[in-house]
Amino acid sequence: MRIIKAGVLDTVQDMGRYGWQHLGINPGGAMDKLSAQLANILVGNHLDEAVIEMHFPASAFFFEQPSLIAFSGADFSATVNGEEVPCLRPVLVSKYSILQFHRIEKGARAYLAVHGGLDMPAWLNSRSTHLKAGAGGYNGRALQKDDEIGFRNPVDLCHLLGKKEFEALPWKTDSNWGDDNSAKEILVLPGNEWNQITDKSKEQFFEQAFLITNQSDRMGYRLKSKPLSTITHEEVVSSAVGFGTVQLLPDGQLIVLMADHQTTGGYPRVAHVISAHHSRMAQMKPGDLFIFRFTNQQTAEELFIKQQQHLLQLQNACKFKLDELLNK
Amino acid sequence: MNSAIPSYRIFPLGDAAVTIDFGNVIDDTINQKVLALFYQLSNDPLQGMIETIPAYSSITVCYDIYNTSKKKPAGKTVYEFISEQLHLRLQQPVPEKETASELITIPVCYEKEFAPDMEHLAGEKNITMEEVIHIHTSKQYRVYMLGFLPGFSYMGEVDDKIAMPRKTQPVNVAAGSLGIAGKQTGIYPLASPGGWQIIGRTPLKLFNAEKETPTLLKAGVTVQFISISKNEFENY
Repeated sequence: MRIIKAGVLDTVQDMGRYGWQHLGINPGGAMDKLSAQLANILVGNHLDEAVIEMHFPASAFFFEQPSLIAFSGADFSATVNGEEVPCLRPVLVSKYSILQFHRIEKGARAYLAVHGGLDMPAWLNSRSTHLKAGAGGYNGRALQKDDEIGFRNPVDLCHLLGKKEFEALPWKTDSNWGDDNSAKEILVLPGNEWNQITDKSKEQFFEQAFLITNQSDRMGYRLKSKPLSTITHEEVVSSAVGFGTVQLLPDGQLIVLMADHQTTGGYPRVAHVISAHHSRMAQMKPGDLFIFRFTNQQTAEELFIKQQQHLLQLQNACKFKLDELLNK
Repeated sequence: MNSAIPSYRIFPLGDAAVTIDFGNVIDDTINQKVLALFYQLSNDPLQGMIETIPAYSSITVCYDIYNTSKKKPAGKTVYEFISEQLHLRLQQPVPEKETASELITIPVCYEKEFAPDMEHLAGEKNITMEEVIHIHTSKQYRVYMLGFLPGFSYMGEVDDKIAMPRKTQPVNVAAGSLGIAGKQTGIYPLASPGGWQIIGRTPLKLFNAEKETPTLLKAGVTVQFISISKNEFENY
């Protein structure tokens, strides 16, 4: 497939690059890993196959061969050859189809998976784009106009479409985020430096809503609220941080570290967003308000395990349907 | 050589990592313990472990919640299960690996063009720029950890005569820039916003994605800086 119009920041991402944090190389990977996995499931890929992570305005794609695609995460109102196509459904597109995205219906990041996977070399065992290092993904950079991406395991799909330009297959998955009233609530676990903030700041942490500012990207979200303060100014020597770590900056504001976070840091770690809510966090955008609520280790683990089990069940179900279709 | 277990504290870093903290200090002996544990865990990983992040005085073990949950006994959280295994590991003496033996020489041009904060630092510390260079190059530094950016090395400790706090606001820093923050010294392998006081630049590539091991430095090695001229820098 070919990029016929570049998006604002569209990169190739997978589940991340692990085993190199001791050298300062952060894992990166999709911001919303849950959605990236859903897109892969819909087209019959492995869960950790590379996908394209898109921000709005997103790229436009030209398919040089019939392809089986799916998008998940944010709803950017997609069309194939001008006709609307649904999210979270596998879609067969014919040769010479054009896929475009028109507006943000909801969410912040959309994922495009292609049956057979994106063909590009892995760097340190991952196809995730590491923008800072200029490595991984598509030449270590965001996608640009005229980039050509091949498929790793192309499958001949010509016979499935007949004369149709595209067809959404009759199965789908749920989005798992942002649909209910609890969407604006982010569950966190206390951080090691939680007790460095004053009692009043602790109350504020739970009582006020936090605004995601424009200074928010794949590295982290800068939040805006009434400033929080620390009891002491005890220096923390640099130590590990992770996806979801909530740090208190010297100006009293918080930052939530996201996929491209640095590996270590010295600011007080007041909390950590639970893994099961990373997806929800990744779909929030500047201007959104949310609240923090504490949970415990056990609940955090259970929620994540449930999410993972759900994915595996979907994977089995989709694989069954897809095998049926491709072998008929 | 075996050694006694230093006192430590274990705490969760969210729901998918656990940190063993030996005391929130910059100390050679403690950092050696951290690295010894890093090598031990790399050679013999815990069940469910993804990787570890060694730092100054702590090491963090990242684990896979879902896969570990299938191996843990019922009634325990994954965190408890991982922590118990770590406590057990820490009961056994960790063989110390001699990591400090490797000496790496890094040429640095301390001339004005590459050292935007040199004049300010010298002024604040009431010494000449030549003295800053002399002091900075007259001792060897231990690389305590890599972090922040791919290949960014945290080295120490610089003489009090040239120690200076980092800037309050980060500025754009060129790749190869050598900085000082407090008693730490380090090199930015990539261009990046940063707050360290920049006093020079190395022509060496500290990060190279093409290489099997993409970073020039690793925790535990010793670094000696040598001063080079602008001419030498450009022809390096």
